[in-house]
Amino acid sequence: MSISVRDQFGKQLAKLAKEDSRVLALDGDLGNSTRLDSIEKETADSFLQMGIAEQNMVGVAAGLASVGFQPWVCSFATFLTKRALDQIIVSVAQTNFDVKLVGSYSGLLTSNTGKTHHSLDDIAIMTTIPNMTVIAPGDARETVAAMKAMHRTVGPMYLRLTRDETIPSFLPDEDFEIGKGKTLGEGTDMLVVTTGSTTYRVAEVIKQMEDVSIAHQHFPTLKPFDKELLIEGARKVRQVVTVEEHYKRGGLGSIVSEILSESLPRKIYRIGVPDNFFGCGTDKELLEATGLSVEAIRKSLIDLSLCKKQF
Amino acid sequence: MRRGILLIESIEQLRFTATVLRKRILSTAYYKKQGHVGGSLSCADILVSLFFRQLSIDPSNPRWEDRDRFVLSKGHTALGLYATLALRGYISEEELKTFDQFESRLQAHPDMTKLDALDMSTGSLGQGLSAAVGMAIGAKRLKKDFHVYCLIGDGESQEGQVWEAANIAEKYKLDNLIVIMDQNGLQQYGWKNGHDRMNPESNGRRKFASFGFETWEVDGHSIEDLVTVLDEVKGRGNGQPKAIIANTTKGKGVRFMENNYVWHSKAPNDEEYITALTELEEGD
Repeated sequence: MSISVRDQFGKQLAKLAKEDSRVLALDGDLGNSTRLDSIEKETADSFLQMGIAEQNMVGVAAGLASVGFQPWVCSFATFLTKRALDQIIVSVAQTNFDVKLVGSYSGLLTSNTGKTHHSLDDIAIMTTIPNMTVIAPGDARETVAAMKAMHRTVGPMYLRLTRDETIPSFLPDEDFEIGKGKTLGEGTDMLVVTTGSTTYRVAEVIKQMEDVSIAHQHFPTLKPFDKELLIEGARKVRQVVTVEEHYKRGGLGSIVSEILSESLPRKIYRIGVPDNFFGCGTDKELLEATGLSVEAIRKSLIDLSLCKKQF
Repeated sequence: MRRGILLIESIEQLRFTATVLRKRILSTAYYKKQGHVGGSLSCADILVSLFFRQLSIDPSNPRWEDRDRFVLSKGHTALGLYATLALRGYISEEELKTFDQFESRLQAHPDMTKLDALDMSTGSLGQGLSAAVGMAIGAKRLKKDFHVYCLIGDGESQEGQVWEAANIAEKYKLDNLIVIMDQNGLQQYGWKNGHDRMNPESNGRRKFASFGFETWEVDGHSIEDLVTVLDEVKGRGNGQPKAIIANTTKGKGVRFMENNYVWHSKAPNDEEYITALTELEEGD
């Protein structure tokens, strides 16, 4: 049976903490949701409960890093990146401390908790912070590889995780190199660029679209971004499409637009969450409402490919 | 081993050093035409008591891993800290002239990535105590006996994060954490209650006590009292974090600056500078 991203995250962090006493897990009272509770269960001494106080939690992590620890701070993505943003910038990024920030429950799939819990701007926020590395793995297996790379690489990093329980480990089993994108499929009509939770959904869509030749690139690192791979992929096609569970503005679509507008101007279609707040709903309802379900993405890609034929 | 090159034992010598520190603060602000003078003067005696008497530190090895840590959470008074570091031998007196200058190691607010004598970068108020809590938890985990000193402002204590940090300090029984509140009673602008400016945080002792801290209240300009209380709090391994409320006067040592919020961040002109220096010399 396939393991979910969050379960795998908890398991892997417990493993790292058991192997390396410098690794500590700091919880903002959400451990049983984010699966940080695995650390408490498996290696209780490495688990620090910081309570519902994200600003202090980030500051404590900075202090721990200053005396040689590698704290992994975990909360829901929206609380961590916005409630404690100034602390992340001043105490962690400006100091360049080895603090790992983990935003669980990113995007829309937050277990039917509504707009207060959605995190649709965290890529925008975190990729604009100097010194910060931003990683959004596409499945549980890649989460493990990414965490190993984060553990051995000193510096502040943000790990964006999904709560989506339906994503199997489908990506190739390989070492994770921070800053490298992956080509998942070649094609000549269209390049679809994805990150995090949308990579699996798009891979499913592409399987169903035999009439269109689609190349697929997955970028698990959003900062630093693998520009070369993107440019190389975009050069071979006429259309570039980005898909992400994030606001269209400021996320993957914006990163891709910036890079290609400078290096290889192309018309870019961005599929993402529109500029609005969304309420409660099942995962399916929310993904459909925002055009991010497998069916909705398929429809968008078909429309775009037909459009291309009119050129 | 406790290292203490240049430690001063005599109260009289410490007092003299505090006056020299005040002069350095003023001369730097005068030279650079900027600096947070008021709050630097209010904590001058605290800084001298710490850096010349209390802290286990080694200016020749600023990153010595067993050193006591010092976090200036009220980062805007970096001027006072830099002048102290110059007197203590971490930096040259000459370097003080680069304060607040482009690419200087002496940034307007402390930047530990530029100056290795600093244990933490601060400047956005309310954040230093959390980092100090992290250092103190770290010391306990590492079984190191260094202490962590954190100087906070009373105005700064309007930030909720200070109290989030206090909450965790109690939870982790951080008796190696010593918070000193420079309670000078003024902040940059304050707010008005009728015609009076209200004190920023005048119940610090009660609040820290309610968060499980062992507390003291002292005259923050009495070197003798500061030295006594700092000796007393260190090594009290009773599981309680410590808070010292130091009652101070903003702009202390220069009458026209004292208790006047406009000197929060202002440099003296020629005439004011001469008057201030004369007063400090007469006060010796």
